Amino acid sequence: MSRTKPEPVQVIKKRRDGALRALVDGVPYIKFLGIEFERRGDELTAILPFSDKLIGNPLIPALHGGVTASFLEVTTIISLSWAYLWEDLESGALEVDKMDDEHMPRLPKTIDFTVDYLRTGLPRDAYARATINRSGRRYASVHVEAWQDNRTKLFAQATGHFLMPQRRD
Amino acid sequence: MSDKVRVARQFISALPFSEALNMSLEELEDGVAVISMPYDAKLVGDPRTGVIHGGAVSALMDTCCGAAVMSHPSNPGGTATIDLRIEYLRAAKPGQKITTRAECYHVTRSVAFVRATAEDEEDASPVATATGTFVVEGIK
Repeated sequence: MSRTKPEPVQVIKKRRDGALRALVDGVPYIKFLGIEFERRGDELTAILPFSDKLIGNPLIPALHGGVTASFLEVTTIISLSWAYLWEDLESGALEVDKMDDEHMPRLPKTIDFTVDYLRTGLPRDAYARATINRSGRRYASVHVEAWQDNRTKLFAQATGHFLMPQRRD
Repeated sequence: MSDKVRVARQFISALPFSEALNMSLEELEDGVAVISMPYDAKLVGDPRTGVIHGGAVSALMDTCCGAAVMSHPSNPGGTATIDLRIEYLRAAKPGQKITTRAECYHVTRSVAFVRATAEDEEDASPVATATGTFVVEGIK
């Protein structure tokens, strides 16, 4: 039995990074906040570079609670969409070149989202990663953690439930 | 308008992120706050539908709940969010302003309890509801 030859690394990277870019760049609110995503295999890390407009209380100064909540929710929705896309992307069912506004896979919809503010968000870059705890046909349950200086010292975490897009097959 | 409410009003309109989202304080009195946010293309979360991102609604809810705490008659010196849960009942209509009304319904020496609802310009049903707990810093 002959083994199929592995794909060249550039082909894999182009496909995965292209799909991630199409997913993220299409959302105006992500651009407005300046959130970026880094990919290691299928693992995503969201990065929120600090900027002055993200401040809540200018006296402390600290990140606005709404910025923290937004950062966590953006990370969750992108991570969930990414996990949902992955299989079709790798099997070739979804072609990156065709991921325009009209053919973009539908995004999950937030049902509820609970943010736990553990520490003040400092005026510096923040990072977040989401874990999908349940991913069913109808809904998903996701936990997300955000930190700044130390990975183990979270400044916020959240849990949310999301209605999954129905597959059109 | 009491001094306290005036100070709270100034404070809220000086929050850079609330300003970036064009939030405007409509009412503030005795633990009740009403804040609105106009529709803006930069806040869109789903390009296919033009619906505002849930995170922007969260930011509006958080600001409004914090304002309600600040205006409570028990006179909190300041506040910070401990926990905020939001339920998204339906998608906000693209192009419409979102208005949030928050009520701080109980305050202890260290914690304030708040609930809020958000509506767009259709008056049938709310877009989202929220419940939150806030730290009370130094009752004056």
